[in-house]
Amino acid sequence: MFRYIVKRILWLIPILLGVSFIVFTIMYLSPGDPVTMILGEGASEEAYQALRTEMGFDQSFIVQFLNYVRGVVFEFDLGRSYVSNRVVLDEILVRLPNTIRLASWSILFATLIGIPLGVISATRPYSKVDNVVMFISLVGVSMPTFWQALLLIILFTSTLGWLPASGFTSWQQMIMPVFALATSSMGTIARITRSSMMDVLDQDYIRTSEAKGVSDRRVIFQHALRNALIPVVTVIGLQFGALLGGAVLTETIFSINGLGTMMVNAIRTRDTMVVQGGVLFIAFIFTLVNLCVDILYAYIDPRIRSQYD
Amino acid sequence: MLLTSKKKINQAEEEMMNVPRGSWAEIWYELKRNRRAMFGLFFILFLTLTAIFADQIAPYGMREQNLSNALQFPNATHWLGTDDLGRDILSRMIYGTRVSLTVGVSAVAVSLITGGILGVVAGYYKGWIDTLIMRFCDILLSIPSILLAIAIVASLGSSLRNLIIAIGISNIPVFARIIRSGVISVKEQEFIEASQALGANDIRIIFKHILPNILSPIIVQSSMGIATAILSAVGLGFIGLGLEASIAEWGTMLNAGRGYIRTHYYLTLYPGLLIMLTVLSFNLLGDGLRDAIDPKMRER
Repeated sequence: MFRYIVKRILWLIPILLGVSFIVFTIMYLSPGDPVTMILGEGASEEAYQALRTEMGFDQSFIVQFLNYVRGVVFEFDLGRSYVSNRVVLDEILVRLPNTIRLASWSILFATLIGIPLGVISATRPYSKVDNVVMFISLVGVSMPTFWQALLLIILFTSTLGWLPASGFTSWQQMIMPVFALATSSMGTIARITRSSMMDVLDQDYIRTSEAKGVSDRRVIFQHALRNALIPVVTVIGLQFGALLGGAVLTETIFSINGLGTMMVNAIRTRDTMVVQGGVLFIAFIFTLVNLCVDILYAYIDPRIRSQYD
Repeated sequence: MLLTSKKKINQAEEEMMNVPRGSWAEIWYELKRNRRAMFGLFFILFLTLTAIFADQIAPYGMREQNLSNALQFPNATHWLGTDDLGRDILSRMIYGTRVSLTVGVSAVAVSLITGGILGVVAGYYKGWIDTLIMRFCDILLSIPSILLAIAIVASLGSSLRNLIIAIGISNIPVFARIIRSGVISVKEQEFIEASQALGANDIRIIFKHILPNILSPIIVQSSMGIATAILSAVGLGFIGLGLEASIAEWGTMLNAGRGYIRTHYYLTLYPGLLIMLTVLSFNLLGDGLRDAIDPKMRER
């Protein structure tokens, strides 16, 4: 187990380098000139050249990339905003708690509702209940998160006046963003739980337990669910990434001061450093979450563990 | 290859192939009995026709403004109301099908072709190239797909082509993985070994024997992929990374309606409803196809 964990952590290095390379390359292709952005149009040629050299833009692509990576790795330096000149990492860390809170509550909510829904469906396959639950799950998957957020605002803020449409401090402010963001993941988790559970319920050892008189409840929760949850855990980890991405849209609608709002504003002002830092940071978190999921997965499933021992 | 003619290889292979080719008639028969999948299929056909004949169907032009009619609630002349520039919502929704379907289908084509080549090469040749390709996919998967698409469009600028590329690239790893695992499972089977022994070359084996046998998961994933691609596209439109504002696109319409959400709910409600139905249809069709193709599901 220890060797597996070490191996997985070492894998992080090439993955994160690769992510940095891709994100850096994409942003490098953007046509805007940061030096002009910082100095304004009317700057003198000397000032322009001086800043260009200072920021390293006169160097080749690969040197610029290596400098950026060196800054990130050794000094935790994601650069400075072209617009506000503030340190990007500080900008991120100020907003991170809100985004993490939004994504964590959403994944918790999605899991707590999604898994029971999937179990209910799997234990009554092709019944009316199953059909209704699965249809609702699919509708949840098919609704754009931001549209659902807007509908919630129309219903609970404009019409009923029950919930505030912006902010993210009180629980009243949190209900709508969390619900809107969680719906799609909830549907996905319910669907995967159902199919995984149905596969497990088909197995011989379940039939054996039933035959020897174990109660339905025990068969479902003690024997089937535990095994059925293994693929579900992976999906939950992957959904966390989708949620971090979806948070970008949800945050802007509810005026939550998180990474999403930061990035959307940065895109509008062509603040490449902030966009780059934001994408990179979220990818880092997502990779770490998936690492934890994989370790958890190996812990639950001895078959995977044995491959590495 | 030198001693045996191509025709002979062909005959020999046909005889050896006892593995049934997924019978399309049978799949269609199963699909027809699935009411939800058929709803999806018909709605997609309906949307396709709408997109093609938008000029004939739409009561008003896509860019037709009439400021004296701005922000009208749904009424007899404007069935779904008008926006802040007096443009007819229904007409813009109809024209919007063009963008969404084009982006959805083209983005999946990009992911499918690129991911397909990567997946086939990785699964067929294994070894270092497989490791290389799969690690590349891991890296791409580490960036949440909507964020990757946002970064690409933000950098390249928003145009129809860039939208397709951005969304297409972010879904490459999904297709590469599915196709790779399909190739691996088919490649292990005896009939592949048999045609190798008969002297068929790699290209022939891949196109004639492997790909036809993994078509079904590819089709299912494509249908669901179109659904996600459309969702990504409207998401990008919503945060202002869509096409220019005069072109009717559902996400951009929702973004424009956002400012009037407290007073003019219909600007948000109807375009969103259409997005949901469209995405739902592709998902229902994908689900139906999967159930129809998977014999395990059929028995139940």
